[in-house]
Amino acid sequence: MMEKMIFGRFIPGNSLIHQMDPRAKISFVFVFIAIVFIANSAITYGILLGFTLLVVFLSKIRLYFLINGLKPVFILLIFTFLLHIFFTREGDLLVDIGFIKIYEEGLRQGIFISVRFLVLVFITSILTLTTSPISITDGIEVLLGPFKRVKLPVHELALMMSISLRFIPTLMDETGKILKAQMARGSDIGSGPVKDRIKAVVPLLIPLFVSAFKRAEDLATAMEVRGYRGGEGRTRYRQLNWRLIDSLSLVVLVGLAGILVYFRV
Amino acid sequence: MNSIIMSFENVTFTYMQEDESVKPAVNDLSFSIQDGEWIALVGHNGSGKSTIAKLMNGLLFPQTGKVEAMGKLMSEESLWDIRSQMGMVFQNPDNQFVGATVQDDVAFALENNGVPHEEMVVRVKEALQQVKMADYLDHEPHHLSGGQKQRVAIAGALALRPRLLILDEATSMLDPQGRMEVIETIRELRKATGLTVISITHDLEEAALADRILVMNAGEKQLEGKPDAVFRSGNELTNLGLDLPFSMRMTHLLREVGIELQGEHMTEDELVDELWTFYSKK
Repeated sequence: MMEKMIFGRFIPGNSLIHQMDPRAKISFVFVFIAIVFIANSAITYGILLGFTLLVVFLSKIRLYFLINGLKPVFILLIFTFLLHIFFTREGDLLVDIGFIKIYEEGLRQGIFISVRFLVLVFITSILTLTTSPISITDGIEVLLGPFKRVKLPVHELALMMSISLRFIPTLMDETGKILKAQMARGSDIGSGPVKDRIKAVVPLLIPLFVSAFKRAEDLATAMEVRGYRGGEGRTRYRQLNWRLIDSLSLVVLVGLAGILVYFRV
Repeated sequence: MNSIIMSFENVTFTYMQEDESVKPAVNDLSFSIQDGEWIALVGHNGSGKSTIAKLMNGLLFPQTGKVEAMGKLMSEESLWDIRSQMGMVFQNPDNQFVGATVQDDVAFALENNGVPHEEMVVRVKEALQQVKMADYLDHEPHHLSGGQKQRVAIAGALALRPRLLILDEATSMLDPQGRMEVIETIRELRKATGLTVISITHDLEEAALADRILVMNAGEKQLEGKPDAVFRSGNELTNLGLDLPFSMRMTHLLREVGIELQGEHMTEDELVDELWTFYSKK
């Protein structure tokens, strides 16, 4: 199941979206999230959905892949949709089967919220799918740059992020190994009542923590030996490169906001 | 050029000094290493090898005695300067990989030392070519084998163009193939650049390749000399808990059953050569 999940995964590629500067992409997503809330009618939500599909198309990530990977999210989506349908009691009554009563306004709200949700999930997924974690970290580091003035340890935060990302697969492997080792000793994690299952996780977590601390210590030594002394006086190997397309993307976004405001009811 | 690149002078180091019952991890140790040498520091677990490594790069400072590197006394002030001239590769391939991809990791030490971007790109490529990992620029660490990760770690050290490379048990967690890769890389590097190498190991087969071996036991220097001289003292090594290379053990065993072999054999090839010419030479 984990293999299919696309949360936080990066699909290397060469599309227009892939080539964009991570700073632009991150700003884009944040502004987009704000813009989504302008929409309040069928037309505006339609425009949003169309725009999102255009972005997906430009990213050259197959829609099927995206939908398939976001399956767990759809469960949540359907849940909110049903919630809206059943609990909004405004407008005309559309369906009336015994205790189930669906009103027009409920249906409308349900669809709108679902579209809003869908659009947000798609756009943020496109961000993580087309940008390598390290670029995202770089982007965040630069975007947060101004906060250095108020003593926010931006460089350290970014380094922490990139190291955590770097160690996720390592720790996943390790978890797998510990799991097998404990299973070989007769521990049963997959069955029994919830209470037992939670208890069975403890012998999994403790070795994992111990080894994570050991790794952290080794890593700190290795970093120190390689001359790491904090952010000052450091140069960057990865250079970010703001191009015309990045500026254009933000202009397009402003245009989108304008259109949405115009069509807003 | 015959200058001394690293020297220990009556160095003693004890973890937890206040506790009288704790023996020093390194006791009154003196040695010096010439520029361009390949030194192997061997010893059983707890012989003080790792402590020596930490003393060499200033992670620890000796309580008595002096550590000098690149002609400078190791101190808080000279520390970073000395570190920028030496590379170090550790035991666990995973725990020293800082960057998200191969090239980021190789660039890490360069970034720390404030090397300008254009220079970095050149040096990263060059260093990766030296360890034959140039095709893996964008690979992530979990897609590499142990041997490949260690080669990347070596490249990360080389990118700084160090005068000294310290390998702290760098091959001990690798499978035989990975170990061969790393040893071969070091050999070629030595041939190409004459880099000084200190390899800390308990693998005598690896140590056999060095110019000089220091055998450590319980924090003290037990033996020192050229590999064949050190290996000739066979039993002494075995008593220290070190395994002789297979070819040498074989030679010893053959002698015991009365086959008069000529020399000591550090590699299997040498032994095989003597064996198949054994009768014809008689």
